[in-house]
Amino acid sequence: MKNKLLAYLVPTRCVGIQSDRAAVGCATRRVDTAFPRGAWEREILLLLGLALLTTTVQAETVFVSLEKDNALAIVDPIDGKLIKTVPIGQRPRGIALSSDNKFLFVATSDDNTIRMLDAETLKELAKLPSGKDPETFALSPNGEKLYVSNEDDSMVTVIDVASKKAVHEIKVGVEPEGITVSPDNQWLISASETTNMVHWIDTKTNTIVENTLVDPRPRAVNFTADSQQLWVTSEMAGTVMVLDAKTKQPVKTIKLEVEGVTFDKIQPVGVVIDKERKHAYIALGPANRVAVINAQTYAIEKVLLVGQRVWNLAFSPDQKRLYTTNGTSNDISIIDLDTQTVTKSVGVGTYPWGVAVKP
Amino acid sequence: MRLINLFIIVLVLLQGLGFAEAKPKPKAAAPEKPQVVKPAEPAKQIINIAYLSQEHAAPPALSNLDPFIQNKGLLGSELAISDNSTTGQFTGQAFVLSKFIVPVDGDVEAVFNNDIAGKFQLVVSLLPAESLNKLADSAAGKSMLWFDAATSDDSLRAEQCRVNVLHLLPSRAMRADALAQYMMKKRWTKWFLVVGTAPEDKLFADALKRAAKRFGSTLVAEKVWEHTYDARRTAQSDVAVFSRVDDYDVLVVSDEQGAFGEYLDYRTESPRPVIGSQGLIATAWHRTHEQWGAVQIQNRFKEQAGRWMEEQDYAAYLAVRAIGEAATRTKSTDLTALKSYMLSPAFALQGYKGSPLSFRPWDGQMRQPVLLAAPRSLVAVAPIEGFLHPKTELDTLGVDEPETACHYEKNNEK
Repeated sequence: MKNKLLAYLVPTRCVGIQSDRAAVGCATRRVDTAFPRGAWEREILLLLGLALLTTTVQAETVFVSLEKDNALAIVDPIDGKLIKTVPIGQRPRGIALSSDNKFLFVATSDDNTIRMLDAETLKELAKLPSGKDPETFALSPNGEKLYVSNEDDSMVTVIDVASKKAVHEIKVGVEPEGITVSPDNQWLISASETTNMVHWIDTKTNTIVENTLVDPRPRAVNFTADSQQLWVTSEMAGTVMVLDAKTKQPVKTIKLEVEGVTFDKIQPVGVVIDKERKHAYIALGPANRVAVINAQTYAIEKVLLVGQRVWNLAFSPDQKRLYTTNGTSNDISIIDLDTQTVTKSVGVGTYPWGVAVKP
Repeated sequence: MRLINLFIIVLVLLQGLGFAEAKPKPKAAAPEKPQVVKPAEPAKQIINIAYLSQEHAAPPALSNLDPFIQNKGLLGSELAISDNSTTGQFTGQAFVLSKFIVPVDGDVEAVFNNDIAGKFQLVVSLLPAESLNKLADSAAGKSMLWFDAATSDDSLRAEQCRVNVLHLLPSRAMRADALAQYMMKKRWTKWFLVVGTAPEDKLFADALKRAAKRFGSTLVAEKVWEHTYDARRTAQSDVAVFSRVDDYDVLVVSDEQGAFGEYLDYRTESPRPVIGSQGLIATAWHRTHEQWGAVQIQNRFKEQAGRWMEEQDYAAYLAVRAIGEAATRTKSTDLTALKSYMLSPAFALQGYKGSPLSFRPWDGQMRQPVLLAAPRSLVAVAPIEGFLHPKTELDTLGVDEPETACHYEKNNEK
């Protein structure tokens, strides 16, 4: 009995959650263990497993960078409440969590640095040498490298996270902005706003292998979960281009149109695609809407009205919700993805820019 | 004062010496290229652009606050060439700017005939309206595409329009409409219009009157400023008396040379804002503008030029960038291909003003937002919210298609 194999469930994405928010509904996996356990331990584990199975709402924390408040807003999206606002540094914009959710990175542009924080305590651990005026950056999936767009210098800086040193500089087109790393860690993508190109950079050699000409003023770039497609929004053309990662050629250019909104107001910025590649969501900037795209047929299925100048997007860890930062209405919108409706907007502070979600 | 003049003369001389530029390289073949480009390809296509301007005699200085800038436009086109070239290194296109800067007493036509005619197809012009049309109409000029980065003349976009000339700066009508929209939004509908004696002042005043009518404002009073232009004498004594008119909401001034307009604010009889060519101005570009990535180009320009970007620099920048954009997209150096792309609906130029820029096919005017700026703050960007248009709100500024007086066929028979 003592050595009997014990099966129980452990959360994989719910590390470090406060005890008053039960780690409920988190992605779970079955773990088999052969360690001997006492009866009381087993009971606790059983109860925990039950709790995991029976509750449906997930606890998560939404971090929003507030460009004009020099602060970070921390939001409980389930209650739809701003928990607190903490000072972070001058002009915070790009924001990301490490894949293990232990570290939070925030680009404080006017301080010319990217701050690395403990995602739990928000204690600053380091200032990374990002180069001048960092805005957008991307983390490699393994968390080893951080890539920064240096808009004024037409360059991408590669930072080694462990040593906190800049290890490479890659020359790209004029005004690099959108940046991402493919989930398989093969490609680093940098999009140049004025050169109108996406640069395909080999992550092993840090050199540009190919360039794809895209529609005017590319803003955000994002891969599908399988690393097969790269989605690129073009602000001035009002389009999103879907590129095939093998051929680097566009397979589809989707012209974003909204009835009753003139074409020059439709300026797509943030783009995210769900894990199954069922839907893509695109923030339409001053059109104040998020477009829901069928990621298989590329048809625009729905357009959701959110706040003003909607900019960046992030999924909840279970991809049941989408969070949007609305730059000029100073709030975030919460979209329920099952029903594809906007359920709440939460005032966060002045010029919400980026959003990151910690389970 | 004498020292300043001496400095300007030295500057003029220096630039005069530098005007003979390297001759353009011969054109290479234009092969069709795929969308995907490998890095470090040698340039397969060379796009030659001529930059033509004539230096100005420095106007009498009103104050020593703002230095006279001789090279407005030039540095903007140079920045655009470097932006184009960065793109070009990935696409195998090289962009070459040849600069022809004619001294104050030089002969523009001679320089054009000797150095540009037959050698270039794309010309960025910083010339005044008259010489521009003269050259554009010449036998050699007719087969070129001209980019006007200096004028705001409504006539060049109307009865005097040319099919081979595109205009980068907002017209006077666009500027006046931008101001009128803003005043309408503020409900400053009773205007006191003050006009200078220069011919340009009359033209801008006409545009303002047109705008007042369009957007529903009334001219309570209109006066021509004929007084002295000496700041020390004028300001306190004359303005108060001059501005004693029926009650108005706002003083609208047309003084394009800046001869007296700066001395109206704070000196009027009634406490009223000044708007127009001074006070709150309507401009294509301004140093206070930072939104929509503008801060990036402001930084890049300042780093390269060592001064703020002026309107003409912005216009010349847009001209060269428009050529770059068309060449990149069409993968061509052919003038017809470049021009038809620029005038097509696919053309969308990033101009750091929050909307894609394009050319109005009916008069060659670049469609663009107009900045409304005070000396140290950006007040608004027109079109002002609420002024609607069925196609694009940008076309609420200036002369729209149904009302245009530009008829290319007629003008090109001349």
